[in-house]
Amino acid sequence: MRFPRLAAFLLAASVPCVCAAQQDTQKEVERYRQLLAEGNPADLFEAKGEELWKTPRGPKNASLEQCDLGLGAGVVKGAFARLPRYFPDTDRVQDLESRIVTCMVTLQGFKPEEAMKNPFSAPGRPSAMEALASYVAGASKGMKLAAPLSHPKEIEAFRIGEELFYRRAGPHDFACVSCHGDNGKRIRLQELPKLTDPHDARRIFTTWPAYRVSQGTVRTMQHRLYDCYWQMRHPQLDYASEASIALEVFMAKYANGGDIEAPGLKR
Amino acid sequence: MRIRANMAGDKVEVRVLMSHEMETGQRKDTSGALVPAHFIQNVTVTHAGKTVLSAQWGTSISKNPFMHFRFKGGKPGEKVIISWVDNKGERRTDEAVIGGGS
Amino acid sequence: MDTRRRGVLRAGGALALAVTAALLRPVRAFAQQWNKAAFETKSVAATLKALGGSGSTESAQVQITAPDIAENGAVVPITIESGIPRTRAIAILIEKNPSTLSADFDIPEGTDPFITTRVKMAETSNIYAVVQADGKYFHAVKEIKVTLGGCGG
Repeated sequence: MRFPRLAAFLLAASVPCVCAAQQDTQKEVERYRQLLAEGNPADLFEAKGEELWKTPRGPKNASLEQCDLGLGAGVVKGAFARLPRYFPDTDRVQDLESRIVTCMVTLQGFKPEEAMKNPFSAPGRPSAMEALASYVAGASKGMKLAAPLSHPKEIEAFRIGEELFYRRAGPHDFACVSCHGDNGKRIRLQELPKLTDPHDARRIFTTWPAYRVSQGTVRTMQHRLYDCYWQMRHPQLDYASEASIALEVFMAKYANGGDIEAPGLKR
Repeated sequence: MRIRANMAGDKVEVRVLMSHEMETGQRKDTSGALVPAHFIQNVTVTHAGKTVLSAQWGTSISKNPFMHFRFKGGKPGEKVIISWVDNKGERRTDEAVIGGGS
Repeated sequence: MDTRRRGVLRAGGALALAVTAALLRPVRAFAQQWNKAAFETKSVAATLKALGGSGSTESAQVQITAPDIAENGAVVPITIESGIPRTRAIAILIEKNPSTLSADFDIPEGTDPFITTRVKMAETSNIYAVVQADGKYFHAVKEIKVTLGGCGG
């Protein structure tokens, strides 16, 4: 029988270890994270995002200040706490990033492909989306996540997300659930959240976008999912696609009720 | 920069985040070429015309640098001014008003 | 008196002669204070020498607060606090980095001998906090382990 190497590795990593050394390690890593929390570089992205939000840009030379993020045109505060949700004007369920794209298209006159050209920064090539998403998410800090999940399209998206979450595929025969379906799994020192457990889902879903210290930039939820798909060796997850948003709706169901602490700070 | 300056007892507690790549000069880009060093070399913090902290940095200060320190003699409403200059001669100055108790 | 600074100031003065006055003016206040020689050193002893010290005493009054394990070497939080009276400078040295000296802070009177910042570590290494007080040098040392991997939750 073929035994995928990655699966074997995960299995090894998930064997319960009660040795004192590992608990000490976990405690020190926790301490490391606490020491970093007093100055999250994501603050810089929030500030940049607010500036970009209010700056006239694009063919229509308009700002994003009149963007309707779900609570009415111009309301940023609290909007992230109600996402993803169904939007009648686009007749789609949208997440934070796809909705920002919509506003860049309708208000600022960008073509959709222009608005989605550079969602993930690289060294020397900053991304406006990373800053804008940080700003909008940050404006809901301290609120509880309450994605609606009541409109028929939201329920449909949840079902699609659920299907994708459990669907094994690709050369490693992997699914999201391979890493995120049990408590206590790790990759090296990194704990893997069980995304169908509200305890884990709440602290994960509510902390993206996040400043990744290993990458020196803010990454968004879309990037997290894109990277998971790459790590599973699945076909590329298209930016702001229906599939990506469906996965977010699925996660939001378990994360609802969690306190928003975005933009967060992660390894 | 994001500067937070607040009174803590009789001292001013300053926390600052600076936006900077802090390139070491040892990283290679996707084409394999070395990315030239680009990093903040000097930081100066002044209050009421007096330097309250100055620093020299090398390439091993983390990207988007953070600094936290305390000084005496400031009052709420007064300004803290922070400047940096990097190895390419680029510079930036920002200021913050000292807030009440934190 | 801070002798190393005066040394560097002299070097800056010599350089200034070669530059036109118009160019010099904005650059001068900063540029002459970057101790290039110290930042190019490759051992703790050489850094100490370049900073102007002939030797350093380990002192329990110098405290390093940092995690024993850094989840990522690109960002390692470190706090240094000195209980030694008249502390005028705090330097951070990372033994196994390609360049040993990471930062050197001048602490004027009225500023606490306390600094928090974040450094990059190429690998698991000793970190030295070197404090200058009354022209003498004192230090503390702490090992920080650097881990790899993971995906950021």
